[in-house]
Amino acid sequence: MNVPLYEKIWMWAAAGLIAAFIATVLVTAIGGALQPPSHIETIDPTHVWDDPRFQQTGVTTTSHGATVVVVGLMFAFVPNEIHVPAHRPVTFRLTSADVTHGFEIVGTNGNTMLVPGYVSQFTTTFDRPGEYLIVCNEYCGLGHHLMSGKLIVEEDGS
Amino acid sequence: VTRTNRLALAHLWVAITAFGVAAAMALMQALSRASLELPWRSPRMYYLSVTAHGTLMALVFTTFFIMAFGYVVAERTLGRDVPHLGLAWAGYWTALVGTLAAVAAILSGKATVLYTFYPPLKAHPAFYIGAALLIVGSWLWGVVMLRSHAVWRREHPAEATPLAAHGMLATVIIWFIATAGVAAEVVFQLIPWSLGITQTVDPELSRMLFWYFGHPLVYFWILPAYVVWYTVAPRVAGGKVFSEPLARLAFALFIILSTPVGFHHQFLDPGIPASWKLFHTVLTFAILFPSFLTAFTVTASFEVAGRSRGATGLLDWIRRLPWGDPLVASVLLSMLLFAVGGIGGAINAGYGMNAVVHNTAWIQGHFHLTVGSAVALTFMGTAYWLLPRLSGRELELGLLAKVQPYLWFLGMILFAISNHVTGLMGMPRRIFDESYGGSAIAERWRALTDVSAVGGVFLFASAAFFVMVMLGTALAGRRRTPEPIEWAEPLEPPPPGRTVFDRYGLWAAVAVLLVAVAYGYPLWSHLQLPRFGSPGYSPF
Repeated sequence: MNVPLYEKIWMWAAAGLIAAFIATVLVTAIGGALQPPSHIETIDPTHVWDDPRFQQTGVTTTSHGATVVVVGLMFAFVPNEIHVPAHRPVTFRLTSADVTHGFEIVGTNGNTMLVPGYVSQFTTTFDRPGEYLIVCNEYCGLGHHLMSGKLIVEEDGS
Repeated sequence: VTRTNRLALAHLWVAITAFGVAAAMALMQALSRASLELPWRSPRMYYLSVTAHGTLMALVFTTFFIMAFGYVVAERTLGRDVPHLGLAWAGYWTALVGTLAAVAAILSGKATVLYTFYPPLKAHPAFYIGAALLIVGSWLWGVVMLRSHAVWRREHPAEATPLAAHGMLATVIIWFIATAGVAAEVVFQLIPWSLGITQTVDPELSRMLFWYFGHPLVYFWILPAYVVWYTVAPRVAGGKVFSEPLARLAFALFIILSTPVGFHHQFLDPGIPASWKLFHTVLTFAILFPSFLTAFTVTASFEVAGRSRGATGLLDWIRRLPWGDPLVASVLLSMLLFAVGGIGGAINAGYGMNAVVHNTAWIQGHFHLTVGSAVALTFMGTAYWLLPRLSGRELELGLLAKVQPYLWFLGMILFAISNHVTGLMGMPRRIFDESYGGSAIAERWRALTDVSAVGGVFLFASAAFFVMVMLGTALAGRRRTPEPIEWAEPLEPPPPGRTVFDRYGLWAAVAVLLVAVAYGYPLWSHLQLPRFGSPGYSPF
């Protein structure tokens, strides 16, 4: 195929740019362990409240960090207010009791889908203490825009 | 008027009608988001209008327009009426009946599930059956398209497929591969479930099947726009295709890379291993390559046009382009908006970065630059060029047609930039109200949401101009002998004869193989999980 010179240059530049994009992703994913929440665990969505994994919602804090168990339902998060320590890893374990919801901690990269029948899980660390807004970001019915909660990140000892 | 003309016009009018209704729904959303206390403002009407807007724009307007344009390309580049006209009309009526069923379900408030219809949100069965019929109708179109090429090939065994037909064949092949996913979801999961034959559905399996379809869907939209960019717009502007073989390569690459990338819409889903999300990410970036090729070749083809109009110097050719021609202006402005949208797309595909923008207003900002501009604005420009040539009537209200693309551009800049920014600030997409009980964090989204609403009003005005020009032309346009439909010639004629790009069976086979690799194992291992079904909910 006879490719004009300028176009050849462009093709190499485009390929180089794409290679750089892919390299950025691979380096941060594999080297920096930056992964999207991809936990694989199933649950009966019609029996979330009797399931031992979700009977106790809320925060369990240890010296290493915290675990937060949350259930999303139309149109609220249970619990609605979450207190976690700053600077220590916090693991969120979440599921939905009805339709598909989203769980987004505004201003952070804490963001995951809650798909009924599945348990979502991700771990993150909050370095800035303060109050954060949690919103549902997947349409879940006429009260979707009302579905929100609070995350309060606390300095140790406070 | 040839028989294929009549067929294409029938499809075009469904597209224009769907577009008009969808634009009215968009105006309703814009006013609603501006918090104007209009008497009909309610969450019910808002989410209903989002569903109607998305379904009519993304699935009905696009599909019918592409069917119309495909028939025109098949007839005019392959030199005869399309074969199997009965089948083609059967496809039209099937798709139209399906559309009407789905729209009736939506407008009566029984299918407020948005155009992504994720279960366990459950709509009236008419919505799913209607969607299935729309797809079946489009398959009949696909068969007619493939058969037109086969008939032509028998008579022209040694020639290269004309470029426009090459692009549309790529579109058809992608469509057949892609729709297998959504057809499986709708026919095997959602229709029996909505009819009460089955009680539960696996929502994650549905999401995987939906996004198997959902990403190649965007290439189904964009490839016909690319056909216009490569083969129609340069011709109207007085140019030639800068590098025809590379255009052919781009379409072939789209065939093989369009589908095995769907997990980049599901980065934040549970139940899908990170390794497979990463695999889809790499292929997603690879598919940027044919779009980069297109950006170069189409821009160079416009430069050829500008220079043939007497341009000298480095950039004078841009000024010399016929910016007053509605088709050329639409294509040039849609390319500018698409450049921004394309970069945003690379950000969305950024495996780690996606969590910052997923399901935020950024996403609607993004896809209004891509499907809402690169595709929709190009299609509107194409309609200005096509309708007079098909109907034998002069374009009426030409001034509105000249202004319309610029108004769209302005409205889209306001709408898309404000949504990108509020998205980065964390505002979710598709919300009736962003006050969140007076949250101070949410308060910061207010001003830019109003800007996006102003953009929405400009966009509606532009859409209304478009529909008025179409109606004016059809009802009052002066009758005349239509101008011919002509396609851009290559700048340097390639050596005659078939090439590897004409081997559609081969490209399709490679595509299917790659799909089997990218989806075969993840779907198989998904089915091995202990899965629990979900009953349906209709909270609307």
